[in-house]
Amino acid sequence: MSLNRKITPPITDAVRFDLQLKKCDHYQLDNNIPVYSINAGSQEVLMIEWVFDAGNWFEQKNIVAATTNYMLKNGTQHKTAFEINEYIDFYGAYLNRSCYNETATITLHCLSKHVHELLPIVAEIITESIFPEEELKTYQQNQQQRLEVSLKKCDFVANRLIDEYVFGINHPYGKYTTASDYISLNRAELVAFYQQFYKEGNCTIFTAGKVPTNLSAELNKIFGALPLQQKPTLSIEHPLQPAAQKKYQVVNDKEGVQGAIRIAQPFPNRHHPDFQKVQVLNNIFGGFFGSRLMSNIREDKGYTYGIHSYVQNHIHNSAWMISTEAGRDVCEATIVEVYKEMELLRNEKIEEEELSLVRNYMIGSVLGDLDGPFQLIARWKNYVLNGLDENFFYSSIETIKTTGANELQDLANKYLQPELFYELVVI
Amino acid sequence: MIQYNRFTLDNGLTVLVHEDNSTPMAVVNVLYNVGARDENPEKTGFAHLFEHLMFGGSIHIPDYDDPLQRAGGDNNAYTTNDLTNYYCQLPAQNIETAFWLESDRMLSLAFSEKSLAVQRKVVCEEFKEHYINKPYGDVWHKMRELAYTQHPYRWMTIGKELSHVEDATINDVKDFFFKHYRPINAILVVAGNVKTDDIKRLANKWFGPIEMGEKYIRHLPVEPVQQEARKQSFEAAVPLDAFVKTWHMDARLNKGYYIADLLTEILGGGGSSRLFQSLVKEQKLFSNLDCYHFGSMDNGLFTIEGKLVKGITMEQAEKAITEEIEKIQQIQVSEKELQKVINKTESVIAFEDMSIMSRASSIAMYELLGDANLMNTEFNKYQAITPEDLQQYSNNILRETNSNTIYYHAK
Repeated sequence: MSLNRKITPPITDAVRFDLQLKKCDHYQLDNNIPVYSINAGSQEVLMIEWVFDAGNWFEQKNIVAATTNYMLKNGTQHKTAFEINEYIDFYGAYLNRSCYNETATITLHCLSKHVHELLPIVAEIITESIFPEEELKTYQQNQQQRLEVSLKKCDFVANRLIDEYVFGINHPYGKYTTASDYISLNRAELVAFYQQFYKEGNCTIFTAGKVPTNLSAELNKIFGALPLQQKPTLSIEHPLQPAAQKKYQVVNDKEGVQGAIRIAQPFPNRHHPDFQKVQVLNNIFGGFFGSRLMSNIREDKGYTYGIHSYVQNHIHNSAWMISTEAGRDVCEATIVEVYKEMELLRNEKIEEEELSLVRNYMIGSVLGDLDGPFQLIARWKNYVLNGLDENFFYSSIETIKTTGANELQDLANKYLQPELFYELVVI
Repeated sequence: MIQYNRFTLDNGLTVLVHEDNSTPMAVVNVLYNVGARDENPEKTGFAHLFEHLMFGGSIHIPDYDDPLQRAGGDNNAYTTNDLTNYYCQLPAQNIETAFWLESDRMLSLAFSEKSLAVQRKVVCEEFKEHYINKPYGDVWHKMRELAYTQHPYRWMTIGKELSHVEDATINDVKDFFFKHYRPINAILVVAGNVKTDDIKRLANKWFGPIEMGEKYIRHLPVEPVQQEARKQSFEAAVPLDAFVKTWHMDARLNKGYYIADLLTEILGGGGSSRLFQSLVKEQKLFSNLDCYHFGSMDNGLFTIEGKLVKGITMEQAEKAITEEIEKIQQIQVSEKELQKVINKTESVIAFEDMSIMSRASSIAMYELLGDANLMNTEFNKYQAITPEDLQQYSNNILRETNSNTIYYHAK
């Protein structure tokens, strides 16, 4: 019998899968630091992340939070920056730090067999960092140079400006760094921020991978005795100050051959009843390779290498964003097509065929995302930091499976209105 | 230790299966033994253009993505100077969909004029986004042309110039396809929640009927041994001076490759590396500095590149790099420093193999190198390296006459 290649092999609809989120172990250290842990995986590797309430939400002056976080590794009372790095490198480990809006993190990746050698040095940078003046000077100089290079890129400039329009230049989500921010940094500010938000700050620990059986005891011995978690995290309000003007054209490089297009509107956070349903609508609109924006603007017209829409990953408020880099001469045409796609979603009900594809695709990607301990802990961390729990997982699966075309059309009429969006082109 | 089973179909297609029942997913990975190095110098960028055309419909299936997404799957691809790799991941129950899709596009593409016309434009936008509209975006075009006079590593995967892709015709595309995209020139790897017997049945059913094709035998021009230093200066509208220097190094399977890999770690791997500590932190000559290589299968380039602190001259910067190189050539690396970079390598290998997707592509890549089992034994080659090896090899390759330097001046 010859093979008929025109016939699709039968599939199990992904929406019929019963997805289960692996439970996360949860315990507290003696000083009340919460620890979340996923013990899984085939490799002898481990990740531990210390998440502090030390993001730029808490700084009084621009870039203090990020600089403090960056310089944690640049010297303690007992070790120079070089000695710290050499020690960590010797065990083939990676100790990274990152600063976000609400949180700032220290992340250790290592072979499970080396973790006992590495925990003390993490404790050392949390309790004994000294922020040497000389290290700060090097950082200031090199960061300014990096910024100067980044400012030549239209996408970098566009990302800064669109956040400013949506949230306001004084809001943690909308502000950005200038050369003079780096110049005006001083050591005393870093030391004070460190004292308040690290040494005596609030921290949550996440671990994942092949977790050694004595890890919880070890964490407790080393981190459970630190003077953390003594005060509740500062409650600070930052008012949103969205711009009045909606449309912007910026020429950053008059020789530029592409324009960075950003179209965005303010959007509520994960606790809003529309949030999960809008994920479905967003997928259809511009959330994956088969989305309408991608099919039309890349695959049909060839205006761009890629176009995406997404809801920003913020805790307090968010924004719904459309983002692309398009040929300079087709930027206008690209924007016209984006609005056309919004109009279609407002005016025409999504066909069942398209909707079922997107449902299957979304469930399939959640399933793929549950592969491996690091991915699992990332999902749990997201829930914990956003004040959610596993119910959010199960309700979002339910939302993907059940949100109907009528509801999606209503949402399109509620949100996908051109006048709600800020629009920016940076050449 | 990564386990796998291997078998070959009658048409020469090599199949490897890696069973892992801890995941609900499966990965189907097809590696084609063709990269930018196999292109006609007058028609560069084809291997990469194909990466786009492969999604423009195959002979029986008008759209690749749609049925895959409907089966809960996702996919992507990449092209290097050495190879092209396509992979998709989907719930294991639906794996036959991936076999159906991948085998149909190995059988034949649809070769639609519309798809070619659109993807030519998309690739041109990709070219602009990454290589024209970015500061320093053209530096590797220039470096490759300087360092290679004969070998096809002279051009980037995106192509030597935009016109090669812009001028691509359907006939060019067909010729390229039927030369390289045949079972005899491909490696299929299936990983995840699957059974080897089922994969055998599916592979025979879907890939078995495809014509074998002609085995592609690679006859690439050999790069002559460089006899004198090459240097070039450029000026561009960038904010900082940049310095890039490369030296020819050994091919992927030679002992010298592993030594070079450790040397790049000692010089440029992370916060305790020599160049970072000396030139960025202590002497403050560079605002950032990297030392790396590309993992090339043929003789590659050992690279040091960085951006200069304002006010520092190229001469100062280069002199300081030369001093560090002379140091590693004259004074043996300590056992402890060697152990550090070997430990780092051990951990890189462990972290690389976390997902079934990366395991599948590693298996395919090592099979292309000659034997998938290399991925399980390669660490031994690093452990065998001695301080004498490092000293000897650094004297051997990090010579001025083997070097190519670009001075990229800010206007």
